[in-house]
Amino acid sequence: MSGDSDGAGAATHRPRRALPPGYVLRKVLAAAVMLLFVTVVNFFLFRVLPGDPAKAFAPRGRNADPEALRELRERLGLGDPWYTAFGKYLRALAQGDLGVSFSQHAKVLDVIGERILPTVLLSGTALVLAAGLGVWLGARGGWRQGSRFDKISSSLAVTFYSVPEWLLGLVLLVLLNKYGVFPARGMNDPRSTLPVVVDTLWHMVLPVTVLTIVYVAEYSLIMRSSMLDERRADYLTTARAKGLRDDLVMRRHALPNALLPSMTLFFMSMGFVVAGAITVETVFSWPGLGLLTYDALRGPDIPLLQGLFLFFSAGVILMNLVADLLMPVLDPRVRTA
Amino acid sequence: MAPLLETPLLEIADLHVSYRDRGVPVPAVRGVDLTLAAGETLGLAGESGCGKSTLAGAVLRLLPGTAQVTGRIALNGADVIAMNWGQLRAVRWRDASIVFQGAMHALNPVRTVGRQIAEPILLHTPKTSARTAEARVADLLEQVGVPAWRADSYPHELSGGQKQRVMIAMALACSPQLIIADEPTTALDVMVQAQVLTLLKDLVRERGLGLILISHDLSALAATCHRVAVMYAGRVVEQGPGHELFAAAAHPYARALAAAFPVIGDPASRRAPRGLPGDPPDPRDLGVGCAFAPRCPVATGECTGSDIALRRVDDARSAACVHVGGAA
Repeated sequence: MSGDSDGAGAATHRPRRALPPGYVLRKVLAAAVMLLFVTVVNFFLFRVLPGDPAKAFAPRGRNADPEALRELRERLGLGDPWYTAFGKYLRALAQGDLGVSFSQHAKVLDVIGERILPTVLLSGTALVLAAGLGVWLGARGGWRQGSRFDKISSSLAVTFYSVPEWLLGLVLLVLLNKYGVFPARGMNDPRSTLPVVVDTLWHMVLPVTVLTIVYVAEYSLIMRSSMLDERRADYLTTARAKGLRDDLVMRRHALPNALLPSMTLFFMSMGFVVAGAITVETVFSWPGLGLLTYDALRGPDIPLLQGLFLFFSAGVILMNLVADLLMPVLDPRVRTA
Repeated sequence: MAPLLETPLLEIADLHVSYRDRGVPVPAVRGVDLTLAAGETLGLAGESGCGKSTLAGAVLRLLPGTAQVTGRIALNGADVIAMNWGQLRAVRWRDASIVFQGAMHALNPVRTVGRQIAEPILLHTPKTSARTAEARVADLLEQVGVPAWRADSYPHELSGGQKQRVMIAMALACSPQLIIADEPTTALDVMVQAQVLTLLKDLVRERGLGLILISHDLSALAATCHRVAVMYAGRVVEQGPGHELFAAAAHPYARALAAAFPVIGDPASRRAPRGLPGDPPDPRDLGVGCAFAPRCPVATGECTGSDIALRRVDDARSAACVHVGGAA
């Protein structure tokens, strides 16, 4: 009974575990092209933006002496034709130079650099908490559709999903600040006697809670709906027929399949971890990239904004690349696609 | 046939299954009696919706929560319907397993087929080491004609025929006495169909398994099974030895089903493929009498007067038709 062996060499074992190099190369190239495109857009976007950067930069702002403004434009290269400016921009970029911030009078790269850690700490923690909690809630609710657990968790999810995060932040601020349990501003308190780590965790509680509540709804709703799709799948009947307990049928068979859309969402949000939660960071004065963006917008601090935008785009592209490279590991069907 | 004193492998008596649809029970199986001895093959034929898959699901109680099951299903003498969940889980796959239509979606797409075959082994014999299970999986795959290294493959990497073979290997994993094959060849091309049926037939002969083979293809069943039961609207309308039933069915529906498959090499049957006019009845609205009467070319007033029980055709055959002689 040699049967229909599909033309595949009968007894030889073909290793297929690793990522095919062609696939990796394709994805990396695509990411590189995207990054280049984003760089070009990012440059020209800020050139066509209305407003006079020189006025924003000058110490006396709009009332600056016209002669001083002219000199300033000269020094900043604002009068250059676009090709000269673009060339300069690319050359500087290649050397890792994103320019100098108007408002902070420091290198944009350094300004961004010192804000990365707080943002990753805040958004990353919230993202991991939200994904874990949301997947659990959604999977349980979807598996037992219409149960009390499902009704409560999905109506809460819809409610929180529709509440703007700044509103939630303000409500929590007002409620909890009244009792002074958790600090509401900043990441550390210099007067605190607690060790820095504990103090930071203490400061993280409120903003992380707000962000988690906002994100968790998305995960639980997506997880619930993909669980509903999988719930009637034929392979679950097979699993049941084998004599598996209901919770094993769910965990071993339904969950790995239902998890795939949430995984995609997770990796896509990873890109936005670096972008930070602008509103939440602003509400809680969290010294991360979100607050930095808010401050840069008020200027407007053009070089800083330009640097931030490029950085955010690069973050999203990089995380998408990571997702592309990880998906085949999670879903074997992607490997042959 | 097994000696009468022995407990049959599977005994189904007066089985009724209905699905609740918005509070209204819709019957799917309406009083079926079947027995199966070890080493015997029973074919179950009928069109879609006649209740044959519901019957198969009922044996291991795999029907959805909306199904209400009454009657008796005895597996080695133990009533499946009366079992609690723990007992039922122990019986599932160990005493009876199901070959689903594996070519489609019965295998989990994100787990290797080897892990899926090993799963019931590890579940029902918990002391099995991983290496023993792996060796057993390789052994099972070889038995069904799939190279052992395929254990590391995912379902989408296999052809339809290979997936179906993997399903059969999986069904054999715990060496059950009864295998129910629910449309195991439906999505396969004809050559592979024949291979899969031959494989099943060989396994029954070598291991003395009981096999219930479900299909809408009466000709395939007649060639594979000792006995065939034809179902219509939730009832068995005729049963008897496979080849006899296919060659000369007593019930008009069984006759129509047999005629729906042209006889190979017979030009007359190719020129006049006899379909059956009309649709299967709405299970919500069956009424009394023979459910086939509205489509039946030889229906009489007697047919719709009262329910028609199975009547004896000869020693081995019975059919539920007024045109058949004495009661079974």
